[in-house]
Amino acid sequence: MSGAQGSSRGAHRPGEVVDRNRTITFMFNGKKYKGLVGDTIISALTANGVKIVSRSWKYHRRRGVMSGNYHDPNCHFQVNDEPNVRGAHRRLEEGMVVSTQNVSPSLKFDVGAVNQKLSRFLTAGFYYKTFIKPERLWPTYEKVLQRFAGGGKVAATGHHVPADKRYAHPDVLVAGGGPSGMSAALSAADAGSSVLLVEEEYELGGFLRWGTGDELAVAQSLREKVAAHPKITTLTNAVVAGRYDQNWVSVIERGLPVVMESLIKVRTATLIAAPGLIERPYVFEGNDLPGVMLSTAVLRLVNLYAVKPGERAVVFTGNDSGIAAAEALRAVGVDVVQVVDARHGGGLVRATSSRGVLSGVEFSDGSKVLCDLLVVAAGWTAPTTLLNLSGNHPVFDEAGARFVPGPDLDDTVFATGGLVGDGTIDEILAHGAAVGRQASERARNGSVTTVAPAFSPDPHLPLFFGTTKGIVDFSEDVSSKDLLAAAHEGYDSVELLKRYTTATMGPAQGKLETINTVAVLASANGESIEETGTTVWRPPYVPITLGALAGRSYEPVRYSPMQAWHESHGGINIVAGQWMRPEHYGDAAKEVSTVRSGVGIIDVTPLGKFELKGNDVSKLLNLVYVNKWSKLEVGAVRYGVMCGEDGVIFDDGVTGHLSEDRYFMSTTSSGAAGVYAHLESWLQTGFPEWDVTITNVTSAYASINIAGPQSRELLSKLVSDVDLSNEAFPYMNLRTGTIAGVPGCHMWRIGFTGELSFEIHVPAGFGAYVWETLMEHGADFGITPFGLEAQRIMRLEKGHFIVGQDTDGVTQGFSAGIDWLIKLDKDDFIGKPELQWQHDSGAGFRLVGIHPNDPKQVPTEASQIVMDGTIQGRITSSRFSPTLNRSICLGLVVPALAVAGTVVPIRLPNGTIIQGTVMEHHASYDHEGAKLRG
Amino acid sequence: MILIPCPNCGPRNSSEFTYEGENKERPNAATATKAQWRNYLYLKNNPLGWTTETWYHSSGCKKFLVAERHTMTNEIRSTKALGHQGGAS
Repeated sequence: MSGAQGSSRGAHRPGEVVDRNRTITFMFNGKKYKGLVGDTIISALTANGVKIVSRSWKYHRRRGVMSGNYHDPNCHFQVNDEPNVRGAHRRLEEGMVVSTQNVSPSLKFDVGAVNQKLSRFLTAGFYYKTFIKPERLWPTYEKVLQRFAGGGKVAATGHHVPADKRYAHPDVLVAGGGPSGMSAALSAADAGSSVLLVEEEYELGGFLRWGTGDELAVAQSLREKVAAHPKITTLTNAVVAGRYDQNWVSVIERGLPVVMESLIKVRTATLIAAPGLIERPYVFEGNDLPGVMLSTAVLRLVNLYAVKPGERAVVFTGNDSGIAAAEALRAVGVDVVQVVDARHGGGLVRATSSRGVLSGVEFSDGSKVLCDLLVVAAGWTAPTTLLNLSGNHPVFDEAGARFVPGPDLDDTVFATGGLVGDGTIDEILAHGAAVGRQASERARNGSVTTVAPAFSPDPHLPLFFGTTKGIVDFSEDVSSKDLLAAAHEGYDSVELLKRYTTATMGPAQGKLETINTVAVLASANGESIEETGTTVWRPPYVPITLGALAGRSYEPVRYSPMQAWHESHGGINIVAGQWMRPEHYGDAAKEVSTVRSGVGIIDVTPLGKFELKGNDVSKLLNLVYVNKWSKLEVGAVRYGVMCGEDGVIFDDGVTGHLSEDRYFMSTTSSGAAGVYAHLESWLQTGFPEWDVTITNVTSAYASINIAGPQSRELLSKLVSDVDLSNEAFPYMNLRTGTIAGVPGCHMWRIGFTGELSFEIHVPAGFGAYVWETLMEHGADFGITPFGLEAQRIMRLEKGHFIVGQDTDGVTQGFSAGIDWLIKLDKDDFIGKPELQWQHDSGAGFRLVGIHPNDPKQVPTEASQIVMDGTIQGRITSSRFSPTLNRSICLGLVVPALAVAGTVVPIRLPNGTIIQGTVMEHHASYDHEGAKLRG
Repeated sequence: MILIPCPNCGPRNSSEFTYEGENKERPNAATATKAQWRNYLYLKNNPLGWTTETWYHSSGCKKFLVAERHTMTNEIRSTKALGHQGGAS
């Protein structure tokens, strides 16, 4: 590199997009450079004379600009802490720190380049063949291979980048904002359709942007019409990434403020694919040398950025694009020393190098020309991705030497532009306009009457590979030699060849290399390209950040009305399903002993709560619970367990009878939504004739459990219209009354903790008030608030199981020790046949109380009980009980071990085995329930 | 993501629905054999072609609906709401 910064910037170009008055300073591999506003990273580097911009993934070969567009596999950079940035697309910003990926220690001297010397050993399938045995070394191989992989580095300490997504519902979505796409968008919009026009580049115009004066004028005129049209929404620097059933289309927007990328989920009535054409590389020896560029890369660099990509150029072309590139180069003062037009004969043999960059070209007539730029225009690939995703199979157009859309196109998907054919600008615009009208007709009234003019590829030379071997897949360093060797080994179908050699599987995903891969294979097999066929394109069309796919998290967090109190009184939160609730207020064991000896209150608002109304509620209860409900009197509550049709327990809770046709059901905190769906399912699909209405009142009530020997005394201070005495309001009953002046509160005498307790459900708006009033009046009793942990300890002391903790996805009713509850003499209930069979066979684990023989040992939950080398059970819940001053557990064990007094070996996660004894009851505390009933 | 025409809400993305599975007749619990019952629980016909299935509009009107869907093309031929339409909720 020599001369002043930006010296290879040529004379002004009519279509140039850089602002020569505004410079940008950036860093590349530790060195400071200057570019212009409007530059891409690559145009700025090229303007600074930087020719080697990266090293290839596998052989670490020096690489320069090749296709010069988003897909260029040689132009991936680390930018600040963002890896894999597409340097030929990303615009330069002030202060950008750009570095080459996949080099060690530097781009100039890269030790990985030793792979190049080993390349004859690193042939196709090398990894498969080499890193197979011994299996125990796989983790080591993985680590080594990962270091050789080419991607950038994700900063582990990087800041969290938020993501977002949104929806759109246009009539017509046009993918591609070139002349055909703009023309289609305008005619669809003129026909009355709402149109979403999506363009991958920063500006509409497609290939017209790097065209001649006339072409620029057409582009400008179309752009103005599009911008002025009220029915067209245009997105630039956005890309259609995929198309799914019924035109569900994913669009990725880039370059937005704050977010890195944003996903738009588009449901469009019709889709027009107008992606244009992608120029394909030509395969010959030296085709990946820095200095060998495709004609469109040169046209972009020269005509958009006024950059001179070299000083002395040779052009090898099979079409007019190469001629246009030669003209553009001359206009900025590049010496074009030779143009070889393959249409008039002449072939390219090899490119030669000096110091790792292009130094000359050899032609088939034996002539050698010195140059630092070789422009190649070999032909085009039609990216039929969106059509493939719509079920269309591309067919090979032999005359045009490219794959084109097949005839079996979905009737809501259309194609125009280079995807379909070649023509003059007028012909392209006419086809686009006709297709736009068709798409609008289909979107708006269903039948298509417009006829599109004939449009097909112009004849083109089949320029895929020359007489020498070269790189086919630049992303993966797969050469035509590798492909031929693989075909020779028997991988002679295109799908097998692709997987074996990894050709087309790199970041370019086949856009540049598929056609050449197929052509090489066809020659190896001695068959036509049509016979060989092509691989299937899959979404996404371009890589998408995971953040864009994830979008913003819409997971709601739920709080009880008392949460602010908890947080200001030392409550330590725990995430419990959707709810945030206090785990404890500093000392769970102390909370337990206070409840056991005095009184405490816990916020149980997350309990699922439903009001059931109608004449047939008891029928529904009999159906969904395993026990009987017909005789539940008004004012009484009952515990129930719900099983699925497979007999597996899925929820439990207490339901009370409020009045003749009104019931109040409570469910587990995490089960509320599932229970609601379950009940509705049976009502809607099974028994639509039943008169039952279910109202979810989970958050309409704040729920508080007042527990402890002094709970009645406390509550009676605040309740005057309900007699709380044991005689008037016995265990397992409910009353509705006024608490602290708040009417309409439900009071239930139930107890999960094992103490005398009242569960109260008060209108949510009064929750915090009632809570504070209870705390105030409880001060004389030494009241404590208690959290989930104290409740879990006390319920374990009492032996109550928790669905999902002490049961799992296969725990049937009789495994949970609720034999007394399951009424097999009921006519029918959900899961009855399976429960009957379990009852008869005695199969399945059994839930038992287990006391570790060493009372200080608390085995970790999920510790296995292993005997004779097989799992015979496991600990499902374990805690140290402050009340009993020992460790206590519940566990599921095989029936043979579910006998009181059996000693079982419990294997802790660290391998230590401790002994535990199976107890007679689940409850370790007040098995008789005297305290509850007091 | 396919569109499902909800009888209450119109065409909505399938992500709003919970798939309840193929419609199957529940055997008589009193007389069903294990084979019949487990066929009901676990075995799906999973045809290549038209199938009748239930969807729950869990993120919408919370109604269950029956749809006839072609498993290869995802075309939905008809949907109908089920009898129970809830109450005042």
